Amino acid sequence: MLKDVTLGQYFPGDTAAHRLDPRTKLVGVLIFIIALFSAVNWISYGIMLAVTIACIAISKISIKTITKGLKPLVVIIILTGLLNLFYTQGDVLISFWVITITKQGLKRALFMTSRIILLICGTFLLTYTTSPVALTSGLERLLKPLSKIKVPVHEMSMMMSMALRFIPTLIEETDKIMSAQKARGADFETGSLAQRAKALLPLLVPLFVSSFRRADELAVAMESRCYHGGSGRTAMKRLKMGSIDYLAFTLGFIMMFGVIALAYFGL
Amino acid sequence: METAILETIALRHVYSAGTPFEKTAIGCVDVRINKGELVALIGHTGSGKSTFVQHLNGLLKPTSGQVLYNGTDIFADKKTTHNIRYKVGLVFQYPEYQLFEETVYKDIAFGPKNMKLSDAEIDDCVREAARFVGVGEELFEKSPLELSGGQKRRVAIAGVIAMRPEVLVLDEPTAGLDPKGCDEIINNILEYRKQSGSTVILVTHSMDDAARIADRLIVFSEGGIFMDGSPHEVFSRTEDILRIGLDIPAPTAIAEKLRKLGLPVPEGIYTSEHLKDAVLSIKKGGCTNA
Ligand SMILES: Nc1ncnc2c1ncn2[C@@H]1O[C@H](COP(=O)(O)OP(=O)(O)OP(=O)(O)O)[C@@H](O)[C@H]1O
Ligand SMILES: [Mg+2]
Repeated sequence: MLKDVTLGQYFPGDTAAHRLDPRTKLVGVLIFIIALFSAVNWISYGIMLAVTIACIAISKISIKTITKGLKPLVVIIILTGLLNLFYTQGDVLISFWVITITKQGLKRALFMTSRIILLICGTFLLTYTTSPVALTSGLERLLKPLSKIKVPVHEMSMMMSMALRFIPTLIEETDKIMSAQKARGADFETGSLAQRAKALLPLLVPLFVSSFRRADELAVAMESRCYHGGSGRTAMKRLKMGSIDYLAFTLGFIMMFGVIALAYFGL
Repeated sequence: METAILETIALRHVYSAGTPFEKTAIGCVDVRINKGELVALIGHTGSGKSTFVQHLNGLLKPTSGQVLYNGTDIFADKKTTHNIRYKVGLVFQYPEYQLFEETVYKDIAFGPKNMKLSDAEIDDCVREAARFVGVGEELFEKSPLELSGGQKRRVAIAGVIAMRPEVLVLDEPTAGLDPKGCDEIINNILEYRKQSGSTVILVTHSMDDAARIADRLIVFSEGGIFMDGSPHEVFSRTEDILRIGLDIPAPTAIAEKLRKLGLPVPEGIYTSEHLKDAVLSIKKGGCTNA
């Protein structure tokens, strides 16, 4: 069912990873991505893999959850792997019919697929361990300097937190309407592509109607509580960096510079 | 032994199994619903009623256990599961949110159309269903979105009745309606049942309705069956009912109060009709004594 999509979902917990300041995690993911894209050789990929596994272990997320999260992206991962495998020039390893596999191709396919998988794991870890509220308040705090040049940071983060807040609601609603239409014999799973597209209509119309209704209700609710945007608002939960955050930063930077150095010196 | 039209065997459902959100909504439910019965399901919020009824037409697959329709497993194969939807019609909680067609008529016709009936048959089904729920033909060409909440609810119920199911399951069909609207819908359902002779399963939070119209009550609590019996059997156990967060019907409560005041009101009063009779007979008795 739709409910089983774990992508971007938050799993409450009380591990060191959950307790980290959201800013630390956001910057951490950024560092992780930079390092990942600087990685060029076996050692640096090894480091990245080790870091990812360590993070997964710290945040106590089961491998099953991760693999379930990766599932929807399996096609992209495999496709990337195959394209790199077959379309890289170099020393030929195997060649039959129209297929040639080169040594470089094999290496590149391996690197590219692990890069994507690690990238997904890294970002999953962020959303798995950080509640949407914490995530947006962290983001808002990080981007605050931009409000000096008239970027509506608060409004943007408000919109983002609302969007995040309503994803589960929408999924639930979709599930419900789908069941209700199935109860009247609607069939979403079989038939040709055109038939299936048409079968979505009984789902989409009520979904849109209820989304607009919800948006309207939310706007009224916010206005009746005198919401008027960012200036002068204070937060109920203040973000605070602790020693654990500084430790995480240090380790993160060591990893990034380590990987960059490895690439630069071509070890 | 009567033939059960629907039967569940050790039905269990766990939501989000294998995640931190794992939740056993119902555990080990054995129920036999006999043909032609009007069964009311009652139970506190979150006791698993909605989860249970969604198994009856195969929308939810049990984590373990079986659902039998006329003795055959409804999950035996895909086709059976699909066809069971027409046999067991399920009206969801707040069904008005599922309306989607441009006109009321087309929306009611959605189910019969999926059954691949002929146009004439569809027309028959739609008109009949609309009549049962009191939706006038003047509304047929209106958009469902223009209707009032109560009218939408009726149209949604008609959308299920139009499939002429053998078993009609309604999940809180009167939630959020005014008292008059509630009564009308309940009477519509009773009328439908009388004319079609179908089996009806009604999930409700109204003890008065449950006591008044049901042949049999099934009481859910914490995902299991707490009691199963006639309204008399169930509501005579006042303490147990109150303990699991439910209420007894208002007439029963009034009768009890009157009894406490020393009036000769008999036990076993569950409907306002009974109460009226009892009170009137006291009055008569009082007069002759004077
Ligand atoms: N889709 C779902 N995913 C996860 N948990 C669910 C889902 N639907 C229901 N539950 C949980 O299962 C339990 C039973 O829910 P259910 O909706 O069956 O109760 P109910 O008896 O119909 O309640 P109500 O009277 O409020 O309608 C609840 O604790 C609920 O939180
Ligand atoms: Mg319910």
